[in-house]
Amino acid sequence: MNVTKNTEKERMTFWEKIYLPEIARGLGLTLKQMFKPTFVRQYPEERWEPLGSYRGRPVLVLEEDGERCVACGLCARVCPALAIEVRASETEQEKERYPMLFEINMLRCIYCGFCEEVCPEEAIVMSKDYDLVFTSTEDAVLGKDKLLMPVEQLQDRLEFLRRWR
Amino acid sequence: MSPIAVEVIIFLIKAVLIINGLLMSAAYLVYFERKISAWAQNRIGPNRVGPLGLFQSFADVFKLYFKEDVVPKLADKRFHLIAPVISIGIAIGVYAVIPFGDSFTVNIGGAATKIWLAVTPHVNVGILFILAMTSLGVYGITLAGWSSNNKYSLLGGLRSAAQMISYELSMGLALISVLMMAGSLDLTEIVHKQAGGSWNVFFQPLAFIIFLTASFAETNRTPFDLPEAEPELVGGYHTEYSSMKFGLFFLAEYINMVTACAIMVILFFGGWNAPFLYEALALPEGSPLLALTQFGVMAAKMIPFLFFFIWVRWSVPRFRYDQLMSLGWKVMLPLALANIAITGVVMVILKHFGIIS
Repeated sequence: MNVTKNTEKERMTFWEKIYLPEIARGLGLTLKQMFKPTFVRQYPEERWEPLGSYRGRPVLVLEEDGERCVACGLCARVCPALAIEVRASETEQEKERYPMLFEINMLRCIYCGFCEEVCPEEAIVMSKDYDLVFTSTEDAVLGKDKLLMPVEQLQDRLEFLRRWR
Repeated sequence: MSPIAVEVIIFLIKAVLIINGLLMSAAYLVYFERKISAWAQNRIGPNRVGPLGLFQSFADVFKLYFKEDVVPKLADKRFHLIAPVISIGIAIGVYAVIPFGDSFTVNIGGAATKIWLAVTPHVNVGILFILAMTSLGVYGITLAGWSSNNKYSLLGGLRSAAQMISYELSMGLALISVLMMAGSLDLTEIVHKQAGGSWNVFFQPLAFIIFLTASFAETNRTPFDLPEAEPELVGGYHTEYSSMKFGLFFLAEYINMVTACAIMVILFFGGWNAPFLYEALALPEGSPLLALTQFGVMAAKMIPFLFFFIWVRWSVPRFRYDQLMSLGWKVMLPLALANIAITGVVMVILKHFGIIS
């Protein structure tokens, strides 16, 4: 007959069949593990610091004379999750336009980074924030007050964009 | 005070002490289970509540108390309520006969009173009482599974019933060989028979291994935790339990673990006997300090077993249901029977040559 018998019972040797030596081996393995160092980070105290390539919460770059954003609306156009809303207004500054309202709904944001990629002014970039907590749906819609971040804090990301984009 | 009143008061004090001690030990067993699990997986484990996380179990209990107690609409309310009570009641009830040491003498109202380190000392059916109680424990789990009106719960309850009945047999048969050697069912008597380092485990290693395996099955611990098998049965018999009702099942499981360890120490590892220790301390007979030492020795012997229970949980995968049944009926039962026969034959031969009386 062209049938190969290879059941669990036939594969096992006598000592494996009586379980106990194998169980003792397994116990030895777990005991060895118990004395190895742990791999755990004590999270709220020890935080992981992401590199420049990390895509965290998108923020607006804030310079001395206000935000870089010129309210062109490309980010809102490209956003696959429709998380961004921009309303433009005019200003006396050189850039002539500025966002009157800039909102990102963080419940919709998927951190894809398209807004950053499409932005002609490098005005919206991904920050390193990764632990976002909201207690209500309204809180999750971030306005300009929460989105603006000084340019000094974003140097890693801007450097990364300059080198790799 | 009349002697009867003194007896009753001593009995009540002992009962309160043992129940509170058990609840505390179960709480810390949960803590150590989580710690040892963490070590086995290279984690840290609970370390937030109190120093080193030592108050974690109390936080858990408070959390359970404050949770909503959900009872399924179609559940049988009476049995749903009574099942965890049966479980915990039986788990604690076993401790009526388990001794933690000999007696000590104190002077109460001018009369020297002997106080035994067991709630009811010298019960002449001690081990039978324990076996009877632990086999009643299956009612708690089966009723929980049945009354929840949930298929997962029912499957868990049925598995538990089948498993406990199967392993009860080999457990009882493994004990018989020990009882043949001891010639008594009284647990204190069995411990006294093992004095001077002649622990039963040296004469009955096979019975010990069978008893150990069966006690894993009886307490629903990991290689045999089919009644709650979370990947397949959600939570088994306690799927539909919440709040402190779930907590009672949890507590009962850990108290059963302590019970299993206590019985193993008493029957196989000489109870509170310790070679050279009592000779070195030379404490007078009947002093409270001696009783305390005996309790300490007993507890110290139980700790490695408790560790072993948790250790096995992270080493051995769960048995399949058919494997469980074939192990119980085709392997352990014949081995236990053979062990009884061999023990009997050897005892008769030794008696014939006058080596034992």
